[in-house]
Amino acid sequence: MKYLERGYLEKDELPSLPPAERIESKKPVVYIECPQPIPCSPCYESCRFDAIKMDNINDPPEVDYEKCTGCMACLRVCPGLAIFLVHIKDGKGYVTLQYEFLPWLEKGDKVRLYNRKGDHIGEGVITWALKPERNDRTQLVTVEVDKDLIFEVRAVRKG
Amino acid sequence: MRLESHPIVDFKRGKEVTIYFNGQPVKAYEGETIAAALYAAGVRVFSRSFRFHRPRGFFCAIGKCSQCMMEVDGVPNIRTCKVYVRDGMQIRTQNAKPDAENDYFAIIDKLIDRFFPHGSHYKKFNSPRLLREFMTKQMRKMAGFGNVPRNVPDVNTEYEVMEADVAVIGGGPGGLSAAIHAAKYGAKVVLLDENNYLGGQLIKQTHRFFGSGRHKAGTRGIRIAEILEEELMQYDNVDIRKETKVFGIYGMDVAGVQNNSKLLRVKARKIVIATGAYERTLIFENNDLPGVYGAGGVQTLMNVFGIKPGNKGLIVGSGNVGLILTYQLLQAGVDVAAIVEAMPRIGGYFVHAAKVRRLGVPIYTRHTIVKAFGEKKVEGAVIAQLDERWNVVEGSEREIECDFICVAVGLSPAHELLYHVGAEMKFVPELGGMVPLRTRFNETSVKGVYVAGDVAGIEEATAAIMEGRIAGIHSAITLGYGGDEAKKELDEAVKDLEEFRAGPFGERIVCGLEKCVLESEVML
Ligand SMILES: Cc1cc2nc3c(=O)[nH]c(=O)nc-3n(C[C@H](O)[C@H](O)[C@H](O)COP(=O)(O)OP(=O)(O)OC[C@H]3O[C@@H](n4cnc5c(N)ncnc54)[C@H](O)[C@@H]3O)c2cc1C
Ligand code: SF4
Ligand code: SF4
Ligand code: FES
Repeated sequence: MKYLERGYLEKDELPSLPPAERIESKKPVVYIECPQPIPCSPCYESCRFDAIKMDNINDPPEVDYEKCTGCMACLRVCPGLAIFLVHIKDGKGYVTLQYEFLPWLEKGDKVRLYNRKGDHIGEGVITWALKPERNDRTQLVTVEVDKDLIFEVRAVRKG
Repeated sequence: MRLESHPIVDFKRGKEVTIYFNGQPVKAYEGETIAAALYAAGVRVFSRSFRFHRPRGFFCAIGKCSQCMMEVDGVPNIRTCKVYVRDGMQIRTQNAKPDAENDYFAIIDKLIDRFFPHGSHYKKFNSPRLLREFMTKQMRKMAGFGNVPRNVPDVNTEYEVMEADVAVIGGGPGGLSAAIHAAKYGAKVVLLDENNYLGGQLIKQTHRFFGSGRHKAGTRGIRIAEILEEELMQYDNVDIRKETKVFGIYGMDVAGVQNNSKLLRVKARKIVIATGAYERTLIFENNDLPGVYGAGGVQTLMNVFGIKPGNKGLIVGSGNVGLILTYQLLQAGVDVAAIVEAMPRIGGYFVHAAKVRRLGVPIYTRHTIVKAFGEKKVEGAVIAQLDERWNVVEGSEREIECDFICVAVGLSPAHELLYHVGAEMKFVPELGGMVPLRTRFNETSVKGVYVAGDVAGIEEATAAIMEGRIAGIHSAITLGYGGDEAKKELDEAVKDLEEFRAGPFGERIVCGLEKCVLESEVML
């Protein structure tokens, strides 16, 4: 559990990636970075499509990428900010993530992109933003990024 | 220093009022505590230490550490973090000349040990009598706890006696849940809490909670407090007394003071103690400097009163509290220089660490804080790496720029009342310190006295709610309420909690609990 010495996952510690066809299919797919056994299960309980497997509340969630419809129900409630939605469409990459900072984001906003370590790795544009009041003040936002960065970008900040 | 906007909380400030601090007018808002208002006005030195006259700031902000004591409207030794402002209030610092900020006696810090080693004042100035009397007077002025008020305080006092099936002490998640579940089956419940709100620690937790969805995980702590309070309000067999501090339990009589003016005696048939916990501190050079705060104290200041603790913080401890606090600071627009953790690994949940790491906050494992520095408040800190044997690695010291330091190194159960009832206690490090022996239904060795939440062992809100449920139902059942339905829910509640604790994070707790089970005729 090296990741507990640094606070971020290295490539070889990431859970298995969704198949490329699924990422490039019509709908985005969920990618969960929650490897440690902790007593937490809202993602599992919120999924109506039976796409998250968790036999015991202490098990890390395991996603069945074929069943996931990209509905974002789990993304709305995850207290760990550990769930991301990834998608590639027309050669562009999209990452959807939770955002709880001021100023709130809107479609068209330019944002700075950060990786798991907090390194600034580029700029992106918000293509969709759920209003904060629609989800008890956790915004869900989609940011357009280079398609090679969908498993790199893990945070955005404005300005 | 006051936050105008915040992503999660809307601060509803009351009417603007003026209070007087050492004679100077200070702007404040109704609903703020004196300590919060003074902090917002830039006051950092709240008191001076007893002997060395070192500057002291607030630490806990929940009335437990006594570092914020001042004279308020002529009454000495008021914990200013527990008293709300009123227009025209006169507040003075104590035992400092001319005031705590610019105390002449501070010179003592540099000199006293040379001339008066510890305890020497008992031997010096003993004769002649006149000198002794003179010196005693002088020493009390310098080192006492304020001045005795000249007049009898002008307040009306009352006395009320009440009866209850179940008296619940503490209105945090543990106490609220106990009250709800005892009331649900018909028991007459009295709930006592010293704050003017319910929810305990929950009301400063703006993040979404972990746990199972069935137990409100995914919901913000602040909302959980609201949900529990609403649930409790449904029952008219519950009497809620806020601003009521319980100071003792005599037999099965609970004694408290309501609103500083009414003496309350609750004749209870069962008692649930759910008083929560204290924040611990850590030993390092200058750990008493204003600017070294408890993590919960900073949360209170920031998330309850909307006041920034500073511009850049250093967090000591990477348990969930330290990690969550870091995230909350960033949300309030406060920088965090780093998190240091003495263990080789992050102590809290990985996902909480990942949240702040991706926002650029470095986490230094196997590091510790060596010292804080600054004249009258924190101006920076020195951290260093630790080797396998917990010694500082020579040459690894480095300076961290920060204007406050949060100590998030854990909590200890607030167990005074348990000692008062004579419950059998045991030191169990896994549970955070001295905890009571208890049955699987959370009854202590004193029959009819239960515990729930952090006071029974430091855990978390979900567990506190589950324990409260067990204690509440069991106390109702043993009083003859609830019948089979209650017994069924009790079994379910015990099972839920066991399942919750079944993972690696629960292992420690389970291991701790094994050391303090009380085997008695608990069968129903
Ligand atoms: C930063 C932080 C993050 C946390 N995150 C989580 C999380 O994600 N999930 C989770 O499950 N838990 C979390 N917790 C833990 C959780 O908040 C506590 O475990 C929980 O609040 C304990 O509940 P309690 O009822 O035992 O005590 P408390 O909430 O401390 O309540 C005790 C109450 O008793 C009152 N009281 C004490 N003494 C007296 C007296 N003598 N007379 C009258 N009243 C008295 C106090 O005023 C207080 O209101 C977190 C804690 C912190 C500090
Ligand atoms: S996005 Fe929807 S379908 Fe996919 S795992 Fe989350 S809740 Fe289930
Ligand atoms: S809700 Fe989030 S933090 Fe909790 S188990 Fe699921 S992914 Fe992990
Ligand atoms: S008692 Fe007021 S800050 Fe601790």
